[in-house]
Amino acid sequence: MAHAYTPGLRVTALAALQKERILPLKGEVMVQKGDHVKAEQVVARTELPGNVHSVNVANVLSVLPDEVPSKMVKKIGDPVDVDEPIARSSSMFGLFKSVAKSSVKGVVESVSEVTGQVLLREPPIPVEVHGYVDGEVVEVRAEEGVVVETHGSFVQGIFGIGGETFGDIHMIAKSPEEVLDASSILPEHEGKIVVGGSLVTSAALEKAVSCGVKGVVAGGIDDSTIKDFLGYDIGVAITGTEEKGVTVVITEGFGRIPMALTTYELLKSREGRKASMNGATQIRAGVIRPEVVVPLEQRAEGGPAASVVAGGLAPGTRVRIIREPHFGALGTVSELPSPLHRLPSETMVRVLWVDLDEGGARHLLPRANVEIIES
Amino acid sequence: MSETPLDPSKIKSILATDCGSTTTKAILIEWREGEFRLIVRGEAPTTVEAPFEDVTKGVLNAIEEVEELAGRKFLEGSRIVTPTRDDGVGVDLYVSTSSAGGGLQMVVAGVVKTMTAESAERAALGAGAIVMDALASNDGRRPHEQIRRIRHLRPDMILLSGGIDGGAVEHVVKLAEIIEAADPRPRLGSSYKLPVIYAGNNKASDQIEKALAAKTDLSVVPNLRPVMERENLGPARDKIHDLFMEHVMAQAPGYRKLMEWVGVPIMPTPGAVGNIIQTIAKQHGLDVLGVDIGGATTDVFSVFGETFNRTVSANLGMSYSISNVLTEAGVPNVMRWVPFSMDEKDLRNRIRNKMIRPTTIPHSLEELMVEQALAREALRLAFEQHKAMAVGLRGVQRERTVSDTFEQTGSDATIVDMMALDLLIGSGGVLSHAPRRNQSAMMLVDAFLPEGVTRLAVDSIFMMPQLGVLAEVHPAAATEVFEKDCLIWLGTCVAPRGQVKPGKSFMTVEYTKSTGGSERHEILFGDLQLIPLEAGESVRAKITPAKGCDVGAGPGKTVERELHGGVVGLILDGRGRPIALDPADPNRVDLIRAWTHALDAYPEPEAQPVG
Repeated sequence: MAHAYTPGLRVTALAALQKERILPLKGEVMVQKGDHVKAEQVVARTELPGNVHSVNVANVLSVLPDEVPSKMVKKIGDPVDVDEPIARSSSMFGLFKSVAKSSVKGVVESVSEVTGQVLLREPPIPVEVHGYVDGEVVEVRAEEGVVVETHGSFVQGIFGIGGETFGDIHMIAKSPEEVLDASSILPEHEGKIVVGGSLVTSAALEKAVSCGVKGVVAGGIDDSTIKDFLGYDIGVAITGTEEKGVTVVITEGFGRIPMALTTYELLKSREGRKASMNGATQIRAGVIRPEVVVPLEQRAEGGPAASVVAGGLAPGTRVRIIREPHFGALGTVSELPSPLHRLPSETMVRVLWVDLDEGGARHLLPRANVEIIES
Repeated sequence: MSETPLDPSKIKSILATDCGSTTTKAILIEWREGEFRLIVRGEAPTTVEAPFEDVTKGVLNAIEEVEELAGRKFLEGSRIVTPTRDDGVGVDLYVSTSSAGGGLQMVVAGVVKTMTAESAERAALGAGAIVMDALASNDGRRPHEQIRRIRHLRPDMILLSGGIDGGAVEHVVKLAEIIEAADPRPRLGSSYKLPVIYAGNNKASDQIEKALAAKTDLSVVPNLRPVMERENLGPARDKIHDLFMEHVMAQAPGYRKLMEWVGVPIMPTPGAVGNIIQTIAKQHGLDVLGVDIGGATTDVFSVFGETFNRTVSANLGMSYSISNVLTEAGVPNVMRWVPFSMDEKDLRNRIRNKMIRPTTIPHSLEELMVEQALAREALRLAFEQHKAMAVGLRGVQRERTVSDTFEQTGSDATIVDMMALDLLIGSGGVLSHAPRRNQSAMMLVDAFLPEGVTRLAVDSIFMMPQLGVLAEVHPAAATEVFEKDCLIWLGTCVAPRGQVKPGKSFMTVEYTKSTGGSERHEILFGDLQLIPLEAGESVRAKITPAKGCDVGAGPGKTVERELHGGVVGLILDGRGRPIALDPADPNRVDLIRAWTHALDAYPEPEAQPVG
């Protein structure tokens, strides 16, 4: 039970961050160690094998499968075009002729004398990996990709939608409580990452897409908004591949929850700067949180913040409450009683006392229902 | 792993761990006063993921907790000492199961979707795998779509079957060619070839080898459907377990070390749970249904007659997958179990927040009630999936008599028979750790709807996996601990099948208690009653259902059965099957409250509406 707390989300003004930029298959690395790269620059590329199509040549030619190899006019590895003959047969002294044609442009992959099937592979699909953040290449992994290091501000969100994007930060909300609705998003926000307060509405997301906004950061979002926006319910929290034209990062959770003041103030202090953001979220097995990275000129001392292993809870630890009651409130741990405590739900758990920032009231809460605010 | 065969008579102390995706649990079992008993249990976070990336660290932490609680030493440095030394340090046997890192993920393939592909799916599920997809020649997908799917999924291994022995080879070879064209890569690591097991038509083995031997690590085992009328899943399941150890586990961080420590091979967690459930069913001649509801997945196991089935609902669970439960069940189905009125938007946001912060626990009673409402639906949906999978062999020709003409059950009918079910076992956080055992009993009854007479139990601290792997080497110790320390007997549910008019007599239950004095309980339709009967006590009862209703002997017929007590007692369920609970019924909240009150499920006074 000593570990019964949720590691917090990082919100830090200056940190050294390393981003692995790795190809899905081996390929070519386009940059060298020490190179300064831009977020939008291609750092590595490869080609994925093309899709495979099958032609049942034995059926088409009305021959036995083991006769197919002898009827082929194209051999394994030969290029073929759409409708180009790949096999021919003739019967009744050449009176009846049959032709099997290619259904795609590609090459002949294999010929089976058991099934009479010929597999054709389409041309390879090019795949490019970008730098994602403005920074320096600190490691090259031959044929695989690179590690880009950047120094700057870093905000981890709790949930996101959409993949990697970049743009200049623009504050729309005048306070962490303000709701981001459609009327706040304007055509001049095209290409920007806009920051809202406690909630982003469905209409605001639609407007963001139509105005060409690159990213939206907000404290909370209604579950129904996600369903409206995506057109389906998210069952399991694995996101990042949605292609809606805008990336969303939620910093606090579902419902209307004011953005934590430290997060809001940090983003505000970086207004006008170029940021990279990614909505990819995965709660299970190797947690991935959405993020906003704002590269800066200053360098963080102490080098790259490798995996930050959170310290334990102790009196004085700053925490965020992550479940009702007082969901979203911030406070400071004042006491960690050892004995198990019975909650109103009758669950017996380890608890802690938290002094809330707002109003200063003291509350007894399950240790599992707070997360450490890391910086 | 030790090479010398184990002698069970020399084993007096056993340490068993289960490396789950979030927690590693360790238990100590010892021979004391003529029996094997659970001594203590410890746990620690699993350390497969970064920054630790070594499963043995979590195992050692959990064992250290056991050492502290038991006041004994098992470790020397970072090694488990086996067998016990003369100075008392160590244990005689160490065993482990694992579901960390996403468990065992497989793709299966067969020629006909409802025949060999289904048999292959059963073999993989029974071995403890999550089946990511079942490919079949007739699954409606074109070859290039199947190829793209295999490539996209990156399973841990593939099980290929198809055709009866000596039958046509073409279709199964075509499937092999599709797998070859996909050139599949394993999920963990790129330095080894993907294991593929061929368990199909023996006549096609040579051609399968020709197609797959170069690109995959192919193993050929006897056909899992040698003739249409019979499945032979054992060899394929054993091969899956071997490959799980040799390939999948060996690639996961720290597992090579763990494999050297254990006395018997590491088993996938669900495979081990299935093992212990089968052992118990066989020993006592019972029809058993078991469920393990976790954060991400829900496993259902059943033994009816001699047939074992296991299914895993990969996206039904109480934390990571909780939103999917809401999506699949629909908001009204979840809301119907909540004993107060609640705004739909509020419900949806609360559930999403649990999904993104899965380790939080319900603070208020209302939050607990919402989670337990969700649990009922997760269990119900997982059970629906299980019933659909646990069917007779399809494609078998049957002789039919004139009387069968009116019998609608064919091979598609589920073999899950709720009236025949003897024992229902629940496990997993929401059932094992519910603040009141009455809540666990109620969730089980509401979700599974047992009929007739059914005993209910929960796994006290979720040690079925450890006992399952222990049953491989020491079945006596495993079953002794299972019955004495693992199961908590909740009681017995008596529920007639059928319906009568509301308020009319539905069933009478009469018995004489061992302490003397006879009791008679009349249950009206729609009522739920809880009769105290302690664990260890039992009564011989005469149960008479209303006309047209059934408690096991046929419509209106009286049965005499032994009713066993438990920490909850006897649940006399007069709500009929299925339970009529309309989400739109204005009296719904009152009805649910009457039921939860009858079962003493929640503290009084009950919750007021939230918000």
